Amino acid sequence: MAQGTVQNKDSFLNNIAEKLGRERRTTGVERPDYQKQPQWEVMADYSTDQLVEVLKKQCVEIHTDVKETSVEDLPKVLDEAIKEYGAEKASIWDDPRFSSFGLSSFAARPDVSVWGDAPEEKDIRISEQADVGITFADYTLAESGTVVLMNGGGKGQSVSLLPTYYIALIPLSTIVPRMSQVTRKIHEDAEAGERVPSCINFISGPSNSADIELNLVVGVHGPVRACYILIDDR
Amino acid sequence: MPMKIGDRSFDKRVEKGLSDTHMRETVRGAQGRLHTNKAKAEEELGNWEDWRTLSEEIRAHTLENLDYYLEQLSENVVKNGGHVYFAETPEEANAYVEEIAAKKEAKKIIKSKSMVTEEISMNEALEKQGCEVIESDLGEYILQIDDHDPPSHIVAPALHKNKEQIRETFERLKGYDKSADPSELTQFAREQLREEFLEADIGITGVNFAVAESGSISLVTNEGNARLATTIPKTQISVMGMERIVPTWEELDVMVNMLCRSAVGQKLTSYITGLTGPREEGDLDGPEEFHLVIVDNGRSNILGTAFQSALHCIRCAACINVCPVYRHVGGHSYGSIYPGPIGAVLSPLLEGYEDHKELPYASSLCAACTDACPVKIPLHEHLIEHRKIIAEEEKKTSLGETYAMKGFGIAASSPGLFNMATKTAPLMFSPFSKEGTINKGPGPLGGWTDVRSFPAPEKERFRDWFKNRKKEDS
Repeated sequence: MAQGTVQNKDSFLNNIAEKLGRERRTTGVERPDYQKQPQWEVMADYSTDQLVEVLKKQCVEIHTDVKETSVEDLPKVLDEAIKEYGAEKASIWDDPRFSSFGLSSFAARPDVSVWGDAPEEKDIRISEQADVGITFADYTLAESGTVVLMNGGGKGQSVSLLPTYYIALIPLSTIVPRMSQVTRKIHEDAEAGERVPSCINFISGPSNSADIELNLVVGVHGPVRACYILIDDR
Repeated sequence: MPMKIGDRSFDKRVEKGLSDTHMRETVRGAQGRLHTNKAKAEEELGNWEDWRTLSEEIRAHTLENLDYYLEQLSENVVKNGGHVYFAETPEEANAYVEEIAAKKEAKKIIKSKSMVTEEISMNEALEKQGCEVIESDLGEYILQIDDHDPPSHIVAPALHKNKEQIRETFERLKGYDKSADPSELTQFAREQLREEFLEADIGITGVNFAVAESGSISLVTNEGNARLATTIPKTQISVMGMERIVPTWEELDVMVNMLCRSAVGQKLTSYITGLTGPREEGDLDGPEEFHLVIVDNGRSNILGTAFQSALHCIRCAACINVCPVYRHVGGHSYGSIYPGPIGAVLSPLLEGYEDHKELPYASSLCAACTDACPVKIPLHEHLIEHRKIIAEEEKKTSLGETYAMKGFGIAASSPGLFNMATKTAPLMFSPFSKEGTINKGPGPLGGWTDVRSFPAPEKERFRDWFKNRKKEDS
């Protein structure tokens, strides 16, 4: 990737330093050892089963449908979920987990488009025309009912956004208590010099708005309904 | 629009707000609901004060080292292939964005909600150049098609409009023919806007928090419009106030948590998006070109002053949602795109006292704002500090007498405000009073009640008592 450009930096930052009444700081700033760190106390000692219970309860709050299945029954349960939404065309990630979770034949269906397979980079348009987008979760946050998607390459960010419905496939091995565990991992990767994926989504249910008299309306610019399929992969 | 909205005087704006029963009813309902939701979200955590302490510490540390973190941010954006422009003035920021639009021969620009672009009138600048600029946040969209009606709340910009007014706007301007049901209205906006997204040449967003360590920006939304604006168009421009930054993803976690809970009472909003643009090799969506514009516009003048903590603000509007003055006069009365307590503190700092000198007096100093603030900005103390400065200035120009009683004067000169202030006093002080006295008073009363008690406001106002007494007598 070619380097970008930066303009007006020094005059801007020198002015800040001057207003703060000191020399400009370019090195040696350490993050404080924060006195209070309540984020690590949340559900710290919960088992996976307890976290799953919290997640399921939160899904009611965020208007998200939930299904539970074994790895074995996943193809059947996914089919049911798609049918319940009356969906036909699906847009899915190009993700090896589709085959490792027994969904190879599903991914090969003619009404299923795999991200990156479209000719002439028409992937966005095809995803936009799909009824349902399907991705795996990279992490899942029990507290807020959130799936975390590390997009990039075959994992297009459009898939969880443009189709009318969204289905997240959640292996139970991806569940953590809250956002803190995931952001710590991203922080550690960044500290080790890795480039953070260009788009990370924390998705908690379908899109919604309360801009009209604060009445909650589910389904605005993103998917109008969302379903989480919890897969017991332990 | 610039920060200042409208040309009416403060008194006229307040009188208009007080007489707008539609607006007042909507605002009252909204405040109640938002407040209840926030209280529930605080309670769920159990140790809200610890979270506030941590958040305050994060914000204070970041602002104290702002030059360091902004440099780290810009270096990382550049390393990832993005472009950074530091703009001291609105003119500089707009000129840079105009230049990109011209280079891209952009016709259509889709925007997700951004207060800072409102502050610097970016839409107007781009429109002058012949670009069509479309707001995609539902509330902003409603305001934009209604002849650029100004926002009245920083989280729910169209809060002053009720659904019937919105239906009428859609019908008159967009040929809408369905009911005033919010679901139908929203569905209509979705359809109208989806095609715009697919055709847009440039997506413009604000920034909730930038992350210095990785050159990332985060966007906190429920509707998904910010995701669309950063997924489809080939060029993305994100504009941030220079203080909207955290050191690492670990601090981002805490601040996003506080923002979602304080703004809308959600644990997390539907979409928290972390973008480290532009797209990488092999990606088929996301912007090919990413520009980050970092705006000062008067913020640096607040650094190193008694008001520095005002820059800790994360724009959650919790202070607005508890403010008894906002409740009665509504957002437009403040004459600034930043209304409520934080607006009364920030507007004079960013744009000077000339246009906003009444705002520090549009407060009962009840300190509900300070208590509600998730990053512990002492808002009511800042308002007192403003009053001191204004009084000092006025003294120099020998108008001291007039302004010594300014707070009372403004309230008393508007019958509505005066009535409101006297009516709400017992209620506002009820959490602090016991058996008719206040022993631990909020805000400015604290100094007094630390050493002695203060009588709680009588439930019956003097005016009512006098009226009744006259009735009894006659």
